[in-house]
Amino acid sequence: MKPTYRAALLVALHLSALYPLALVIWDYHTGGLSANPIEDITRRTGHTAIVLLTVSLAATPARRLTGWSLFIRLRRPLGLYSFFYASIHLMIFIGLDFGFDWELIWLEWPKKRFIVAGLAAYVILLSLAITSPKLMVARLGAAWKKLHRMVYPASIFAAAHFVWLVKGDKTRPMVYAAVIAALLLVRLIPVTAKGRGS
Amino acid sequence: MKRSARYIIPSSQITQESAYLNRRSFIKSAGLAMAAPGMLLGAAGEVAAARARAVDDPTLYADIISYNNYYEFSQEKTAVAALAHDLVTDPWSVSVEGLVKKPRKYDIDDLKKSFGAEQRIYRMRCVEGWSMVIPWDGFELSRLITEADPQSEAKYVKFTTLLDPKQMPGQRKSYFSWPYVEGLRLDEAMNSLTLLATGIYGKPLLPQNGAPVRLVVPWKYGFKGIKSIVKIELVARRPVSLWMNTSSAEYGFYANVNPNVDHPRWSQRTERRIGDLRRVRTMMFNGYEKEVADMYKGMDLARYF
Repeated sequence: MKPTYRAALLVALHLSALYPLALVIWDYHTGGLSANPIEDITRRTGHTAIVLLTVSLAATPARRLTGWSLFIRLRRPLGLYSFFYASIHLMIFIGLDFGFDWELIWLEWPKKRFIVAGLAAYVILLSLAITSPKLMVARLGAAWKKLHRMVYPASIFAAAHFVWLVKGDKTRPMVYAAVIAALLLVRLIPVTAKGRGS
Repeated sequence: MKRSARYIIPSSQITQESAYLNRRSFIKSAGLAMAAPGMLLGAAGEVAAARARAVDDPTLYADIISYNNYYEFSQEKTAVAALAHDLVTDPWSVSVEGLVKKPRKYDIDDLKKSFGAEQRIYRMRCVEGWSMVIPWDGFELSRLITEADPQSEAKYVKFTTLLDPKQMPGQRKSYFSWPYVEGLRLDEAMNSLTLLATGIYGKPLLPQNGAPVRLVVPWKYGFKGIKSIVKIELVARRPVSLWMNTSSAEYGFYANVNPNVDHPRWSQRTERRIGDLRRVRTMMFNGYEKEVADMYKGMDLARYF
């Protein structure tokens, strides 16, 4: 692929990853948030985080399908953006929704398996974000690859978190879960000459 | 239309500070949170400060008509108003039938004329953990039931919403067992708090709020307040509501607001008033304990949730 295409693709990635945040800020200033703005922002940032995580999982299969190694370069920014949105999501939950009332959060805790799943996904994303700089890749060597495979359980936790939250019709979260499952399952297909799985 | 104002929320409760979580420390901590993903949290902190209001002040009309759970139209609360906009609510008739001596089909205008409307300001607590304070216009359901003259076998009241997938796009999905059905025990239906509402803030109900006529049972979770009613039946057996049908482990027949009985997936200890960023402690029977607790004496409310 030509370098210009490469640059264009990366610019497109940054723009589309930042768009949901821009939209939230725009909606806040123009009164476009719902009557329950905390819930609205929490849901929107959570949604963006899971979408970006899912897209990042598609990078390796896309590379295998096309042979373009460029797709692999999209993984890191996609994962970091997903972590970025998940951080806002979690901060709003703790800071604004519950006003840092740890006792109240604790009381909410035992019944909320979806919080546990969400937190598990977040802790993994956090450790992957910390170890994402190139320096860390070099320092950790083989362990880095093992660690970053934790993105698979993270995506399963994230999908469960979404499915368990919904009150009635679970069609939409189930579609996300199915896409994530499919992206994980294609990794089981033996590697062909076209590219190597990771 | 004759209107007598009756304020059901006593003024003593309006500034019941003990019911709130500590607001000052909340805003301060919201400020701390700004440091991280800056603008967003900062913005929301501003909202908290700007919209400081007494917790039992009526919710803004704009919020009441734009944030609606009405799955017949959409599962997105903010999408309901636009999709419900064209619902035909006139002509409309409400049939009162079943175990009654005097069944009758009311034209909506006749219904409004015969029973009039008075204002009742009630809290409404959604099972999802948010709440509003709504100035309803309506009349006591007991008057309609008395008029119909129930037979002695009548023990429950069953309510049914309009079934019209052409007008209600959500009903084209078969995930739920349409039409929406709800029920009350006869004594609950006859309680003087139980209302058939036809308006909000002195204006006729809009479709997203359940036009032309809906049920309001302020000590129960919001989903008991069935909207756009076409049929009210007196029955001998306990009706099975749509939500019981969907998930009987999560939604029971009684659905009384109760901070001590968790939803299987989340606690019901607190709620957020719409228009306010604070969480407020949820009150037993949504604060209507005095008026309704007698009806549930001796019942295990964790079992009959």
